Amino acid sequence: MLLFIIKRILQSIPVLLLVSVVTFFMVRSAPGGPFDVERAVPPDVLKHLNERYHLDDPLWKQYLDYMGHLLQGDFGPSFKYTTHTVNDLIAAGLPATAELSLYAILFALVVGLSAGIYASLKSNTVHDYVPMTAAMIGICMPTFVLGPILLLIFGVWLGWLPVAGWGQIPGDKILPSVTLGFAYAAYIARISRGGMLDVLSQDYIRTAKAKGLSMSRIVFVHALRGGITPVISFLGPAIAGLLAGSFVVESIFQIPGLGRFYVMAAFNRDYTLILGLTIFFAFLIVLFNLLADIVLVWLNPKVRQDLGGRH
Amino acid sequence: MKTLRNFFVLCVFGLCLCACSERKTLVDIGNEKQILYIANGADPADIDPQITTGSVEHRIEGGLFEPLVTKNLTTLEIEPAIAESWTVSDDGLVYEFKIRENAKWSNGDDLVADDFVQSWRRVLSPRLGSEWATYLYVLKNGEEYHTGKITDFSEVGVEAVSEKVLKVTLSGPAPYFLQLLDHNCMYPVHIKTILKHGEFDERSTPWTRPENFVGNGPFVPVEWVPNKAFVMAKNPLYWNQERIKLTEVHIVPVEGTLAMERMYRAGQLHMVEKLPPAKIAAYKNDPALHSFPLYGTYFYRFNTTVKPLDDVRVRQALSYSINREQITKTITRGGEPVMRSLVPITPTYEPSYQFPENVGLAKKLLAEAGFPDGKGFPKLVLTYNTQEEHQKIAVAIQQMWKKNLGIDIQLQNQEWKVFLSNQHHMNYQISRASWVGDYVDPNTFLEIFITTSGNNETGWASAEYDALIRAASLEKDADERIKIMQAAEKIIMTELPIMPIYGYSWNRLVSPSVQNWNDNVQDYFSFTDVYLIPSEK
Repeated sequence: MLLFIIKRILQSIPVLLLVSVVTFFMVRSAPGGPFDVERAVPPDVLKHLNERYHLDDPLWKQYLDYMGHLLQGDFGPSFKYTTHTVNDLIAAGLPATAELSLYAILFALVVGLSAGIYASLKSNTVHDYVPMTAAMIGICMPTFVLGPILLLIFGVWLGWLPVAGWGQIPGDKILPSVTLGFAYAAYIARISRGGMLDVLSQDYIRTAKAKGLSMSRIVFVHALRGGITPVISFLGPAIAGLLAGSFVVESIFQIPGLGRFYVMAAFNRDYTLILGLTIFFAFLIVLFNLLADIVLVWLNPKVRQDLGGRH
Repeated sequence: MKTLRNFFVLCVFGLCLCACSERKTLVDIGNEKQILYIANGADPADIDPQITTGSVEHRIEGGLFEPLVTKNLTTLEIEPAIAESWTVSDDGLVYEFKIRENAKWSNGDDLVADDFVQSWRRVLSPRLGSEWATYLYVLKNGEEYHTGKITDFSEVGVEAVSEKVLKVTLSGPAPYFLQLLDHNCMYPVHIKTILKHGEFDERSTPWTRPENFVGNGPFVPVEWVPNKAFVMAKNPLYWNQERIKLTEVHIVPVEGTLAMERMYRAGQLHMVEKLPPAKIAAYKNDPALHSFPLYGTYFYRFNTTVKPLDDVRVRQALSYSINREQITKTITRGGEPVMRSLVPITPTYEPSYQFPENVGLAKKLLAEAGFPDGKGFPKLVLTYNTQEEHQKIAVAIQQMWKKNLGIDIQLQNQEWKVFLSNQHHMNYQISRASWVGDYVDPNTFLEIFITTSGNNETGWASAEYDALIRAASLEKDADERIKIMQAAEKIIMTELPIMPIYGYSWNRLVSPSVQNWNDNVQDYFSFTDVYLIPSEK
């Protein structure tokens, strides 16, 4: 198991390196720079700024310098928020993004699992078709459509919930969490329905039914364990995707999270912030995929045995 | 199954409870506690007034610092601020400012004349690389010090005669000098604090973080979380603190005017910086709608180094052949004045010449330039930064040129930074542009088109124009100076390296619970007399 983990960690190093190289050269090749503002910057001022941020050095040297600092955990100063470092900004934005992702995944699990289990029990009836159609719509509906619709209905027309902010007014976390979690709830509903249907047709369930166990006991004690395994393997990449993919929701609801920094950094040509966030997100994705693999290996005795046998 | 059903019942019940309870909005809470919530566009990059360049930052800095003198935001007349009085010598070259005895920094230090000397020395330090250093070229030897010709700052025309008296000597009579003084680069900064967190002329050190900050304005920063809020609270050591009614101002970064408007409607903001044009009609009879003229001009730049735009007749034809009123009436719809001159009209300045809008004349000029009825005219590209309003205006002008002159123009939108880079490198043919005055004087518009100005960006150069702008800066007589500037404006409006379209008019929402909010042509925010009353339900 340990060797498996070490191997996976070693495999992820070239991935992160590649991400850093590609991002570094891509952002530098975009026209316009961090110091392009509406008013022309006097040449001597520009020279001074370029010196300060070492933008005059050859690109390969800038990259090596950057990576040198990065290995010491230093993402460098932000070009836009000049008195803040990228580390500061990641620390400032991560709590909101993590909290949003957590609520979204909780929402997705509660709604998705309920709908999926319910539909699997009444498969091929209207009780199955309605939630599954809703799930299909949920999967197809992007957050930038769903967000404004929910916002318009619950925030502006009905006035029940705040339209923006995070942690300022009670209830302002509901709409963004639902918006972000909706598509994941839909996926989970479909995956858990499939998983449950597989399990429910197994012999041991039939035996349990024949023994006269109550339906809720069969579902929650016997079937659910096997039925949600595909959901667990989905959760690893889903959490990473939520953390890195919340920028649309954060922009719509004005949430001070990492995603919004990411979007603004691209517009501002904040080289270090774009690069820092990309590497950070890449790291998160690698990490959560690794964690999901470890959990799966741990859950599945057969795979565990295979690994043990190989070592 | 019961568990599931119970869960759904609980959800529905929760939602009903949420809907039925009377929810207090942020604005309601703010009104009770005298906390003002405003959207000011993007996040501030920094709050060091000597190096920041955006209006977002300047509006915040206006609450954190106080200059020697300020303007009455309604009449634009100069009023005392940190200086309680001042004198001017007969030749208009020497000013003496008497600084208030009770003026203090927010850490309790006495504010003295030398603070201004050191602050202005910092702006003029070449290493700081302040974009505003040229503003202090009005000081005697200011330019020489900044460009390194002299290194002894005592030769520059600013000195502390005594602890509370500041003497300023100008390089020439600049009648707009007092107007310049409330510009952010003229604010005093607390040098001791700057030195505690870095070098004297070092950019972007942590001295501007709320925990380190020392200022002399009515407010002090208390919290600054990028992307969340910039919060400033009343400064108890401000000399005139009885006037300050607000306890806090929360400046919320919101990108996009639609999001701002939505937050206003939901009671999360007292003020939104800009209302999208499409929403203006919906607020027509709402007292929250504030419409006011801004000291700025929306125009197109012509790259005069490319053919056929190097021909003045072509530029004239293009400028004379569009219907500006149609654009302001149907597209911008915010009550913008049409502009056929460069400098916006103020009580002290009116242009002596406005170019005509005349399709017949435009056609004739185009034919003289070798393009009768637009025949043989190359397909030029009109560039604008990606924004719906700019696009609509560009499409309208494209149509007008097609219809009136028979020429085809290609439109190209560009992302903001790409657009700026191309404009600065003159990598364009026709380009959207705008200019908002830094101070209320025609000079702020006219000087950008002198040959050596980095903001000219048209390739146009006129020795006669440069000479007039120079003469105006040396002229002592105010009326004579206006005449010289009118003559300069006539030159540029005849040669038309740029094509003015309309003057800016700003539309914003200010909640009726906000009292004493002041709109002004420079769009300065002043929180000094503002207070909040409960909003009507």
